[in-house]
Amino acid sequence: MQISEAWLREYVNPAISTEQLVEQLTMAGLEVDSVTPAAAQFSGVVVGEVLAIEQHPDADRLRVCQVAVGEAEPLQIVCGASNVQVGLRIPAALIGAVLPGDFKIKKSKLRGVESSGMLCSEKELGLAADANGLMELAADAPVGVDIRDYLSLNDNIIEVDLTPNRADCLSVEGIAREVAVLNKMDWSTTQVAKSAVTHTDTLTVSVKATDACPRYLGRLIKGINPKAETPLWMQERLRRSSVRSLSAVVDVTNYVLIELGQPLHAFDAAKLTGNINVRYAQADESVALLNGQTIKLDKETLVIADDKQALALAGVMGGSESAVSDDTQDVFLECAFFSPQSIAGKARNYGLHTDSSHRFERGVDPTLQERAIERATQLIIDIAGGSIGAITDVTTASTLPQRTAVLLRKQRLEKTLGIALVNEQVVDIFQRLGMSIQTLADGWSVTPPGCRFDIAIEADLIEEIARIIGYNNLPNSSLLMRSELGKATEAVLELDRAKDLLVDRDYQEAITYSFVDEEIQQAIAPDDDVVRLKNPISADLSVMRTTLWCGLLKAALHNTNRQQNRVRFFETGLRFVNKDGNTQQQKMLSGLALGSAYSEQWGNATRKVDFFDVKADVQALFSLTGIDVQFAPAKHPSLHPGQTAEILSLQGEKIGWLGMLHPTLEKQLGFDTQVFLFELDQDLLLNKQIPKFKPLSKYPSVRRDLALIVKEEIAVSEIINCIKACAEPTLQDIVIFDIYRGKGVEEDSKSVALSINIQDFSQTLTDSEIDAIFSRLLETLTTQISAKLRD
Amino acid sequence: MSATLEEILAQALQQLRDTQDLNQLDLVRVHYLGKKGLFTLQMKELGALDPEQRRAAGQVINQAKDQFQEQLEAKKDLLQNAALEARLASESIDVTLPGRGQAVAGLHPVTTTLRRISKIFASVGFQVVEGPEIEDDYHNFEALNIPAHHPARAMHDTFYFDAHTVLRTHTSPVQIRVMESEKPPLKVIAPGRVYRCDSDITHTPMFHQVEGFLVDTDVSFADLKGVVYEFLRAFFEKDIQVRFRPSYFPFTEPSAEVDIECVMCGGEGCRVCSHTGWLEVMGCGMIHPEVFKAVNIDSEIYSGFAFGMGVERLAMLRYGINDLRLFFENDLKFLEQFN
Repeated sequence: MQISEAWLREYVNPAISTEQLVEQLTMAGLEVDSVTPAAAQFSGVVVGEVLAIEQHPDADRLRVCQVAVGEAEPLQIVCGASNVQVGLRIPAALIGAVLPGDFKIKKSKLRGVESSGMLCSEKELGLAADANGLMELAADAPVGVDIRDYLSLNDNIIEVDLTPNRADCLSVEGIAREVAVLNKMDWSTTQVAKSAVTHTDTLTVSVKATDACPRYLGRLIKGINPKAETPLWMQERLRRSSVRSLSAVVDVTNYVLIELGQPLHAFDAAKLTGNINVRYAQADESVALLNGQTIKLDKETLVIADDKQALALAGVMGGSESAVSDDTQDVFLECAFFSPQSIAGKARNYGLHTDSSHRFERGVDPTLQERAIERATQLIIDIAGGSIGAITDVTTASTLPQRTAVLLRKQRLEKTLGIALVNEQVVDIFQRLGMSIQTLADGWSVTPPGCRFDIAIEADLIEEIARIIGYNNLPNSSLLMRSELGKATEAVLELDRAKDLLVDRDYQEAITYSFVDEEIQQAIAPDDDVVRLKNPISADLSVMRTTLWCGLLKAALHNTNRQQNRVRFFETGLRFVNKDGNTQQQKMLSGLALGSAYSEQWGNATRKVDFFDVKADVQALFSLTGIDVQFAPAKHPSLHPGQTAEILSLQGEKIGWLGMLHPTLEKQLGFDTQVFLFELDQDLLLNKQIPKFKPLSKYPSVRRDLALIVKEEIAVSEIINCIKACAEPTLQDIVIFDIYRGKGVEEDSKSVALSINIQDFSQTLTDSEIDAIFSRLLETLTTQISAKLRD
Repeated sequence: MSATLEEILAQALQQLRDTQDLNQLDLVRVHYLGKKGLFTLQMKELGALDPEQRRAAGQVINQAKDQFQEQLEAKKDLLQNAALEARLASESIDVTLPGRGQAVAGLHPVTTTLRRISKIFASVGFQVVEGPEIEDDYHNFEALNIPAHHPARAMHDTFYFDAHTVLRTHTSPVQIRVMESEKPPLKVIAPGRVYRCDSDITHTPMFHQVEGFLVDTDVSFADLKGVVYEFLRAFFEKDIQVRFRPSYFPFTEPSAEVDIECVMCGGEGCRVCSHTGWLEVMGCGMIHPEVFKAVNIDSEIYSGFAFGMGVERLAMLRYGINDLRLFFENDLKFLEQFN
């Protein structure tokens, strides 16, 4: 909300600077977003009156004016504005004046005629972005008075960003109340007198929805001057609250809204048929709104209707058909209390947000309506004349919000804030806040005023005390907490350790969006059932990822498109998959590598990263937990069919995938090199084996190297599993150290060189024992997988 | 008899002087001291002499031999040193050439920031807990005292899956989940991704928050202030000014917004702090009795505080990053700056 500082200070004027005032508001929870001068800097401009006008002898569009500026002699000023006329009072810039933009006014000649100043438009004074001719001042504007004083331009616009609980401060009076409390000053509310009724016509108001509209006040004001203009002071105050001046009646309703916080609405009485009904919308009903929009109403929407149709969205916006216009003479003024529950969310449902809905959904003081309608009446009559009808008041007392007393215990207050407080201090704060308070033996009973919708429980009262004392004046305690010894769970590896390992192996951590482009998602994991956002921010962020690869591939492309030819990323986070009607949120660790295996360096031939480089990184992760896993040849829709491994635990749990991006996808996504990917289930990966000690052997170990010829289709893991299956008790270790194909080995076969370490726990193995062990192993290898020793 | 002992010695010493490498030196040694060496032969010839002469002559030969041997050792040392020098010279490299092998990458600055925050709180016994990112309306709003149509919902631009399922708009639902399943005393921080349907220069639709809360008997607003104050000083490693402003969150009462003195200008006023000298860094407050009610914790016995902060915001202030969107572009040129 924006208000004029000068207006605020009419209610309460503490002897503090603007800066201090703003700081005070911010520190009381009414955060000031900005302070801007009400007008640009200028000087030397006074109220002038045009006394006489002559045509310029040499210029059709220029007039030579005699202008009274409060000095002995009038000034001769040449003017080109079309609206200049004798008797008009206008801002006149004198010789030596400086206008916004450091524009200096000097004595000059225009087409040979002397001009001693300049008559100004609103634009030239920086009061409006555009202007059509001179700024026309009121007929009683005091000639010769500095225009800054006359228009109170030495003022600031204070913009306050209010939290939703402080509806009571959505008015100048509301903020004035706060300022008065903070400065321990008295303040005066706007004086409102009851207007005498001068005609007997009324409209019948029938409130059907009494829960939603506990109070509805209406009044007919007849015979107003439709051409009446809003006085400049009111226009200026509205401008400073960033409300556009429209017409006298509408301006008055807006003015009262800002002054008191009560939204009002004015109907053109001539356009109403019959009586006023406050009811919920009927099926298929619609209403044409003031903003030009026609909306179809639902049955939960409260409307103001006449006997024929819905006229307005109650508490949100009026309708165009019943709106006041340039020739409205009879006005039906509405001033109601709509319950916050009945308005909340309604405007938003229709894509609307108005000053009125903003206040009603947060809570308007339910005791304010009579004062507000009298205030508006008074202003309309002052500006546009007219005769006043009686107020029709339909109040359902049982549905009006009741303010009940809230108990505040002294001990609770002091314990929560950590300070001791005396009774007088507490009583004073609550009374200044407009609450009624009763001191009890062990605390206080406090009843909030009608304007406060945010005081319902003890904690609310404690906050009020804390706020007024000032949070920064309350103590800080050093950490007084019960401490327990921490946990050191060993059976679960910390994710941070796995991340650090990847960082140390030159994988940069990436963080990508959890929602991704459906096209990429579909291309990478066509079989996954995706979770779809109802209101995505854009089409390319519309589904939740079922694999972290979507984001990593996109991030990699971002970099390859920027001359990076080596990219290694990992990311941790959730994947989201629909399974059996439930959304699973699974924690994953994924990685990507493309480009050379090592960053470019001297002395090593550059080679591209391959499957086994990345497999080593993945295996390193598993070595952190000591869990044995298998890499089983498998098929994955986005991976190369010959370079894909599914990673399984020995119990067959699916831990993840490792493989090369399918060449088709590689091309489709726009890569020009091979991309390797892995993705692991965090829970299964981080499941750690707690080490168990095995005794060491005192006897020497023996290494024997074997070169085995096997058929191509025999995977190395089969050879190793076959050896392990022999359950040879002396077996320690098997290492693959060479794979050979070519001369000396048949076309469809390969030679696998491996070294086997054996060691006995009770003796040094003799040569014959060693031979026996190896021939047993070889025999098994021959029978199981037709392996032959290479000669 | 051929050459005299004097001649042999003179020749031997001359040969030692002429020898330039260790192999040759060994040949010289054998030539004089070997089984058939010249000195050895001299000794053998002593057998022909009578004992008196043998002793005298023997002494003379031994003296010559010793002299040779001494010179031989000296020459050997000399040559060995020269050989070592030569090897060292030939093996010297340009140590300014870079090392080889795998380089080391780095963590994302958000992770680094999260780790620091966690470490500070873990040091006083806060436990790190995570929660789901797809949340139900109850945990994200209702249980946090934000009923449907509450104006506070308008401040959360929420991503929906259906009427009751959302992407969590804050990490506060973790508070509810922990309090539902565990009994006080509780000291928890909950870091993670959160989502708001908003995207411009200063907003990304996904960002990170850390929620922290503490529930025990006798927890006061002063405790909250103390913890937040000390945390911020620990995080920025500086005695910065901190101020608490009244604010509003449906799930805390009293609620506060926390500002720190602008770390860019030291409170003088600059573009980053909109010339106020202050930067808003977190929201906090005493846990609302309605929240305790939703999780069946008796607010007459227990009280607690909660706080929440934006991780990207803290990272930006800590490292001077000026564009939020950089965090999720994953440009290596950006990320590598934090390695």
